[in-house]
Amino acid sequence: MTLDVDIRHEQGAFSLQAQFHSSGRLTALFGPSGSGKTTLVNAIGGLLRPDYGRIVVNGRTLVDTQLNVFVPKHKRHIGYVFQEARLFPHLNVRNNLLFGRWFTPKGRRVSDFDAVVDLLGIAHLLERRPTTLSGGEKQRVAIGRALLADPALLLMDEPLASLDEARKAEIFPYIERLRDEGNIPIVLVSHSVAEIARLSTSVVVLSEGRVIATGKPADILQRTNLLPPFDAAEAGTLVEAQVLGHDDAYGLTTLRIKAGTLSVPRLNLNVGTPLRVRLRARDVMLSLNEPEGLSALNVLPATVFSVGVTQGSSVDVSLNCGGDILVARVTRKSIERLNVSPGQSLYAIIKSVAFDAGMLGTMPPEMSRKV
Amino acid sequence: MTAWLSPAEWTAVVLSLKVSVVAMAASLVPGILVAMALARGRFWGRQALDVLVHLPLVMPPVVTGYLLLLWFGKRGPIGAFLAEKFNIVFAFRWTGAALACSIMAFPLLVRAIRLSIEAVDRKLEDAAGTLGARPLWVFLFVTLPLILPGIIAGMVLCFAKAMGEFGATITFVSNIPGETQTLPTAIYTFTQVPGGEGGAMRLTFVSIAISVVALVISEWMARHVRRKVQAA
Repeated sequence: MTLDVDIRHEQGAFSLQAQFHSSGRLTALFGPSGSGKTTLVNAIGGLLRPDYGRIVVNGRTLVDTQLNVFVPKHKRHIGYVFQEARLFPHLNVRNNLLFGRWFTPKGRRVSDFDAVVDLLGIAHLLERRPTTLSGGEKQRVAIGRALLADPALLLMDEPLASLDEARKAEIFPYIERLRDEGNIPIVLVSHSVAEIARLSTSVVVLSEGRVIATGKPADILQRTNLLPPFDAAEAGTLVEAQVLGHDDAYGLTTLRIKAGTLSVPRLNLNVGTPLRVRLRARDVMLSLNEPEGLSALNVLPATVFSVGVTQGSSVDVSLNCGGDILVARVTRKSIERLNVSPGQSLYAIIKSVAFDAGMLGTMPPEMSRKV
Repeated sequence: MTAWLSPAEWTAVVLSLKVSVVAMAASLVPGILVAMALARGRFWGRQALDVLVHLPLVMPPVVTGYLLLLWFGKRGPIGAFLAEKFNIVFAFRWTGAALACSIMAFPLLVRAIRLSIEAVDRKLEDAAGTLGARPLWVFLFVTLPLILPGIIAGMVLCFAKAMGEFGATITFVSNIPGETQTLPTAIYTFTQVPGGEGGAMRLTFVSIAISVVALVISEWMARHVRRKVQAA
């Protein structure tokens, strides 16, 4: 799938000027609140008519202000999962799911109702009313409703933002399966580093209505200056991994990465499962010598790739760990004390308990082949 | 009941019910359309339409009746046209009573529906659009079910107003027993003749009974619908 967007839009004092191209399975529109993410997806979905520009999805021109083209939303075949589910209160779950199908011509209906219901785990909810569902259940029904309209593209506007951590953890696997098993490309709006790290295959970074970067999530995440200040603590890198084995006596799972192995809290995954692991810069320590008598289980040999600019008291150091890029956030004082400079060999240390479930996600197929 | 009410009284009761039901049914679709236009429309003359619809609410009913007589009477411009082209006559017929009642009740119907339209979450309509529903289907499958409580409330107000309408009806179509004599005009007539207290009392009782039944039915329907439409 390809998505080409080049639009300009004024809304009161806010101006959006966005141009990007994406061909990933899951494109994340990333940026802080008020950066124009929702305005952008609304323009793609047809809920907003941009002042100038064009939007082309899979070669189909949906908006071209110069040619006076504006395809109305009901003819775009673009599914939209909203932040607040927006289920129809007067219909039960089954009829909410079938709503799009009522208006889809028979020739376009390819999705299998039972398969979608299974994928999202909502079979037991079909006769319920939306009012009786939990937040996570509502979002799953909303995703199913959009899928059953057989869209050519699925937009998701912060579908997890209104959910607590437990509910998010409940939805993550479904979005991953959708990305990996479905054949519908997804555009996901998010302001959470954890979400884009875990889910995206390409990232468009927005700030104050402008696109400031596009690229692969691994590349974007290590450019810590792109991250919104409130999320800087979440900055880090993505590393591809594979489950090597489990140590049930200690409740640990061993993962293989390029530079060696990582011990993380026990995962319910088969040996050989490809994973992506997010390593937060603030969880990585540096040591000049291979440490002994240390509680941390993960010690990786690394070479200093570059020393970043100072931000307050801390500095981000990029490391080359057998081909994977890691970022360590250390104090300026430590940099001077250890005399860290590019090309230097040292050890990166990561505590096993620093990993939580949100940082370990399954790999999209096109990326896992490279492991 | 026929034994308890005299044939003439019975006729007035049946005629009143017929006039009110017809007035309510006939104004329902125009009422929804006008409410939609006033709540959502962005067109020139919206303010004027608003004033026009609400005029019967604030004008003396006799004035409304007299204007109806001028326009819809046998020699009135609209009345003459309708009589000649479609053979529809309003003047001094029960149909005229229904017309007068629906004009008088129209603002109440429109207000109730308009309020419920303004309360509809338009984001739900957007969601329906992204699912492939064109605007007409969005209206029929989303908006209409969501405003059903307002429509029911409007219909009850309309029916109640029609049952009690007096001034415009008596001015436009007079007070002809068996043709245009509705409950209120019948009660009025009884109070004008010696020994009419019994009839007036009986019809008053019937009036109250009909109002109570209408209210109970509407409450029951509204509760049933509201349970289905509760905001998510």
